[in-house]
Amino acid sequence: MTATPEKAAAVETVSLTIDGTEVTVPKGTLIIRAAEEVGIDIPRFCDHPALKPAGACRQCLVDVAAPDREGNVRPFPKPQASCTMTVMEGMVVNTQHTSEAADKAQKGVMELLLINHPLDCPICDKGGECPLQNQAMSNGRTESRFIDVKRVFEKPLALSSEILLDRERCVLCQRCTRFSKEIAGDAFIDLQNRGAMQQIGTFNEDVLNFDGYEPIGVAAEDESGKAFSSYYSGNTVQICPVGALTSAAYRFRSRPFDLVSSPSISEHDSSGSAIRVDHRRGKILRRLADQDMVVNEDWITDKDRFAFAWQNLADRITRPLVRGEDGELHEASWPQALAAAAAGLKAATTGEDAQGAAVLPGARVTLEDAYAYSKFARLALGTHDIDARTRIASDEEQAFLGATVAGSGLGVTFADLEKAPAVLLAGFEAEDEGGVVFLRLRKSLGRQQVFTIAPFLSRGAEKLDATLIPTAPGGEGKALAAVKGSTAASEALKAEGAVIVVGERLAGSPGALTQALALAKRTGAKLVWIPRRAGERAALEAGALPGLLPGGRSVTSASAVQTVADAWGGTLPTGPGRDAAAIVADAAAGKVGALVVGGVTPSDVTGPFAEALERTPFVLSLEVRRGEVAEYADVVLPVAPPSEKAGTFVNWEGRLRGFATAIPTDAMGDHRVLDLLARELGTDLQTGSVADVYAQIAALGSAAKGERPEVPKVETAKVDAKPGASLVLASWHQLVDEGALQEGEPYLAGTGRTAVARIAPATAVAAGIADGVVTVASAHGAIELPVVVTDGMADGVVWVPTKSPGSWVAQELGVEPGALVTVKGGVA
Amino acid sequence: MTYTPETLAQLEADAADIVSRYPVKRSALLPLLHLVQSVDGYVSPDGIAFCATTVELTSAEVSAVATFYTQYKRRPNGEYQVGVCTTALCAIMGGDEIWRQVSEKAGVGHDETTADGKITLERIECNAACDYAPVMMVNWEFFDNMTPDRALRVVDDILEGRDVKPTRGSHKVGTFKETERVLAGFEDGRANEDQGVGDPTLAGLKVAREQGWEEKR
Amino acid sequence: MTDLTPVLSATWDAKESWTLDTYTDHGGYGALKKALGMAPGDLIQAVKDSGLRGRGGAGFPTGMKWGFLPPDDGGPRYLVVNADESEPGTCKDIPFMLSAPHNLIEGVAITSFAIGCNHAFIYLRGEVTHVYRRLLQAVREAYEAGHLGKDIHGSGFDLDVTVHAGAGAYICGEETALLDSLEGRRGQPRLKPPFPAVAGLYARPTVVNNVESVSSVPAIIERGVEWFTAMGTERSKGMGLFSLSGHVERPGQYEAPLGITLRELLDMAGGMRGGKKLKFWTPGGSSTPIFTDEHLDTPLDYESVGAAGSMLGTRALQIFDETTCVVRAVTRWTEFYKHESCGKCTPCREGTYWLTQILKRLEAGRGTGADIQQLLDTCDSILGRSFCALGDGATSSISSAIKYFREEFDAHVEGGCPFDHAASALFAYEPKAIEEAHA
Repeated sequence: MTATPEKAAAVETVSLTIDGTEVTVPKGTLIIRAAEEVGIDIPRFCDHPALKPAGACRQCLVDVAAPDREGNVRPFPKPQASCTMTVMEGMVVNTQHTSEAADKAQKGVMELLLINHPLDCPICDKGGECPLQNQAMSNGRTESRFIDVKRVFEKPLALSSEILLDRERCVLCQRCTRFSKEIAGDAFIDLQNRGAMQQIGTFNEDVLNFDGYEPIGVAAEDESGKAFSSYYSGNTVQICPVGALTSAAYRFRSRPFDLVSSPSISEHDSSGSAIRVDHRRGKILRRLADQDMVVNEDWITDKDRFAFAWQNLADRITRPLVRGEDGELHEASWPQALAAAAAGLKAATTGEDAQGAAVLPGARVTLEDAYAYSKFARLALGTHDIDARTRIASDEEQAFLGATVAGSGLGVTFADLEKAPAVLLAGFEAEDEGGVVFLRLRKSLGRQQVFTIAPFLSRGAEKLDATLIPTAPGGEGKALAAVKGSTAASEALKAEGAVIVVGERLAGSPGALTQALALAKRTGAKLVWIPRRAGERAALEAGALPGLLPGGRSVTSASAVQTVADAWGGTLPTGPGRDAAAIVADAAAGKVGALVVGGVTPSDVTGPFAEALERTPFVLSLEVRRGEVAEYADVVLPVAPPSEKAGTFVNWEGRLRGFATAIPTDAMGDHRVLDLLARELGTDLQTGSVADVYAQIAALGSAAKGERPEVPKVETAKVDAKPGASLVLASWHQLVDEGALQEGEPYLAGTGRTAVARIAPATAVAAGIADGVVTVASAHGAIELPVVVTDGMADGVVWVPTKSPGSWVAQELGVEPGALVTVKGGVA
Repeated sequence: MTYTPETLAQLEADAADIVSRYPVKRSALLPLLHLVQSVDGYVSPDGIAFCATTVELTSAEVSAVATFYTQYKRRPNGEYQVGVCTTALCAIMGGDEIWRQVSEKAGVGHDETTADGKITLERIECNAACDYAPVMMVNWEFFDNMTPDRALRVVDDILEGRDVKPTRGSHKVGTFKETERVLAGFEDGRANEDQGVGDPTLAGLKVAREQGWEEKR
Repeated sequence: MTDLTPVLSATWDAKESWTLDTYTDHGGYGALKKALGMAPGDLIQAVKDSGLRGRGGAGFPTGMKWGFLPPDDGGPRYLVVNADESEPGTCKDIPFMLSAPHNLIEGVAITSFAIGCNHAFIYLRGEVTHVYRRLLQAVREAYEAGHLGKDIHGSGFDLDVTVHAGAGAYICGEETALLDSLEGRRGQPRLKPPFPAVAGLYARPTVVNNVESVSSVPAIIERGVEWFTAMGTERSKGMGLFSLSGHVERPGQYEAPLGITLRELLDMAGGMRGGKKLKFWTPGGSSTPIFTDEHLDTPLDYESVGAAGSMLGTRALQIFDETTCVVRAVTRWTEFYKHESCGKCTPCREGTYWLTQILKRLEAGRGTGADIQQLLDTCDSILGRSFCALGDGATSSISSAIKYFREEFDAHVEGGCPFDHAASALFAYEPKAIEEAHA
């Protein structure tokens, strides 16, 4: 799992002189970048290395001389924008440090930038970390010569519930609009008006003085008509070189110089994006993207950035809780709680009538936590009944993951995705489920063919210019099998470097992963599994699955079991264990003696989870917050959120994303709590510290030959999706939704896409539905959503978001995608 | 959108015609905005949505364009757009005074519309008729060599519902909406209407003819 | 004495000069037929040899611009005619297109054939309804007569022409802003490189030429390079339209060889209005530094005007007599640039905003002693630092007016405007209120 440095191809270079220092850089480098190479900082506002050059602010003017055809170095008559001019062999550049003309030009631009800029630094969020403020202090005049009337605007303007704009502070560098168009593909803000009144904005009738009362309709950016519903909008705040763009969440909360910054890794998805956590007196005030060129580059999702309030809500637990004889939970000391927990577990696992314990760690785990759960289940509880996949899952998936993913180290990378000439997405929505994966794919827009096996062309897929292979859930196996011969997708995937991306939802489609493997073999394309949540890959690596031990070892491989047993110094139960669905079903039937539940949100789980909790004699919950599981738990042990512990996320690439404790508190990670609990049960897990766990994992390594599960060979299912009374349910999580880790952040929630039910035109006609609110119903329950008839969608399918406002599929419908549901209501 | 099905059908047909003139759809945006003005009398929010759908842009991208160009109006425009040139040369030659008197007469200022919806007044920038200064434009037709009296007569005629005649160009100024349809690229069959070529246009040619300076072949 | 040389303007006094019939009666489209029998490369060479320089203001050699197109790669390449005439003082292309649209279309057809373009665009400013009518009709007539469309006159050459109306933005006269505008965007200038010749309209090789440049091509092809080079001066060949406006007896279009002087032109135009004294004038529109009566004998060619400290520009001679307040003129021009600044770059957007406020104060008698230096310093912060030439142009009149008439600026600081504005109007009136400036 270590990165191998890629061999750089030979690049043509150019040598030039900047402020008397010779520098050699690749041909095509901008002067401003070349200057950075030798530590010369040229002031700039519009320039951003990840965006196309604009040349708008003119702050980076430098003096340039270049050789003419005869080789005589001749000065350019005018100062040149170093952010737009590329280097030339023999060029001589003099910046503000060595050229009076450059210095004067820069001072002149600074003076002009400031004439209309308010002097509100003391109350501006950017104050203290503001490029304009800094450069004005270092390069500007001490007094303004401007005695006339400044431009004023009403402030602030809400571009969305989260992003606020103070127009009078804006220097019109267009970083935000360029980011939105070039990187995110969400051109919901643009320059409005002209000249001195030019400003950034959405189409806002009031702001732009348009007459008209009707809300805009068909061109609205999503079905809600929300003006700036981008999953990446927070990046505009971070790259704004002045205080013009601020977030509602952070506005007026703090001064940058009062904050302590800690590097960390986002817990929100499987990408493992580098973030910076800014905190003050133990409280997180904001999170920013940290630059990590191999993973998230300069960007993170709005969820990564804004969703951190969840861990400090009022229901945060810091002391153990034990259910008393009165039936209520009471705070208890750690020794009391551990003793109670141990007693409960012991009762469930010993004796003739013992029904045994099962473990549901959830998929938000770090590698250390997952390993501890895995070891705890096997050694302390003597069971393989452990499964982090409290989501749609299958044996086929487990075999697929064990055979090809677990313990395989760094496989397909972000860079591979970017370079791929063709990408096939199956059961995976890059924007909703992949976050920055989407941005990396979009970076190759125009150079990369994207195909998507999905029920309809989502907005994210549309922004990737993807070709839809319309497929009903359950039909992915057949769809993958059909990518053969001379089909466009098949031809495209044969190109060197092509990638097939499968998402975790394929587990719900019998035969799909089997077919994905076959397709990869057939075309030579690389295959990568990109799950949604941050702990999925770690859980897999650590063996927090019923049929897998650490390193991809099968519990049915005697040598694998022996290896692990030796390493752990104990005996392992015979396997395999039950998967999450079976555990829940059996528990609901009263057949499980104890449940150890980690970060699992009951409303996310399809099946009788509440019943399972209720009917299980002993429930132990390890949680950050006092959630729904606690209501059934006999003992609740508080664990640390990621910001209060150290650990390692394993991202989908297989890359280890270690992070240190940002905010030191008494809270312990799951691995440490489990270590203590195991001791109480008489077992020494040796998972008390990150270093201990790490050493064990390293020593264990990966499965030897023959120790892995067999690759799956599952027949594809036939899906009967056609317009009619019953439709096949399709669903996935929208990136901004009502997930538990997004709670407590209303400004972020306000940017989420409106929940709608989608059906194809022919399906709509057959159902007599054109518009209005429809009821999507299963035998278990129903949800009501506005319907959107979606062109190009697979027939016989209804799509709803998995956990958006008004659309909690697991809880309300109680079925998984692929199930048959009915759709009624609406207006014709 | 609140267009009636008939209006929408016509808009869509016209839009298809406009889009067909260009190799790339987005190029149709400027004429489409003129088209919207020919229907709504201004760039209405509905029109923005219509354009956005037609050329596959966000509404912010359409308003970005609509608010960049001065011919696109954000409120229902008067039937006649009366523009008085007050760029340097026309202003000095009397445009400022014409503006003052016209504005006083109409009772409205820059970018304002008379209560009866007849006139929207505008201080315009140089309209490429400097040899006819001071210049006034009504629905973008030339009213050359204006004096306050002549300008006021034009304003009177409009306010009282009489046709107005440019000094060069067509026989009668069309309404704002009719004009905008032309600017959307739809011919109105009036190209051959003519008020005679103005003296300044022919000034040099006249001298050459008088002097017998035939161009040498 | 230089003779006038009506070529482009030769048919303007003919009956229904804008129609195809009239144009054909005067030999129109003969050059196209001749050109279609020539090799495209020879056409480009002929235009190069003629020394024709861009008539839109910058004066870049037209043939050279055509020659910059990369070799044919099988993809489309475009001709875009810049008919966005908006520079204050410039008023030649509009009357030309009103009177002789077919001359332009013939030029478009020949140029397109020469550069291998099958779809040409004429980008007309939107504020000239009747000109648009005439162009739309002329293009239709040309299609009907087989001068445009498929297999033109059996040559195998196809050409479509789209006449496109802008919507009110001076900046679209800048060729890359024009291309953005034609692509349905805000008319803001693009970064160069890549130049339009390499990546212009729709990122394809594109030639952008002014109306007068393109329209000069048929005559050059028909009558020959020598005919053209016989006119003008050594490096400024041929004829051009000189547009006289302002305080002259007979303002208007005078088509003459480059190198003619204002003194000669004034003579033909009947002199200054009412025999008053010439005070200042622009040689090429408001973006060119002003001249005074010192420059009456400066040959109006690119080199001589440049050597005298200004630019030939569009040969838009705005002439002001002694009754004119130069501060007032400069203020109005500056307001124009502020109004037309696209807003993209800091120097132009903020600079014109500031300059306007200072000038308006000065004109209103609320200036300070520091203002004139501030004007010069601010001009200095714009000139050569803005993204495109609009910013540079905004400073021209200010710096040159202060250079020639500093005392007049000083006088404004001391006691407001000393001029009677009514005296410079074409008609008599009683000054009433203080004139408000532009919004």
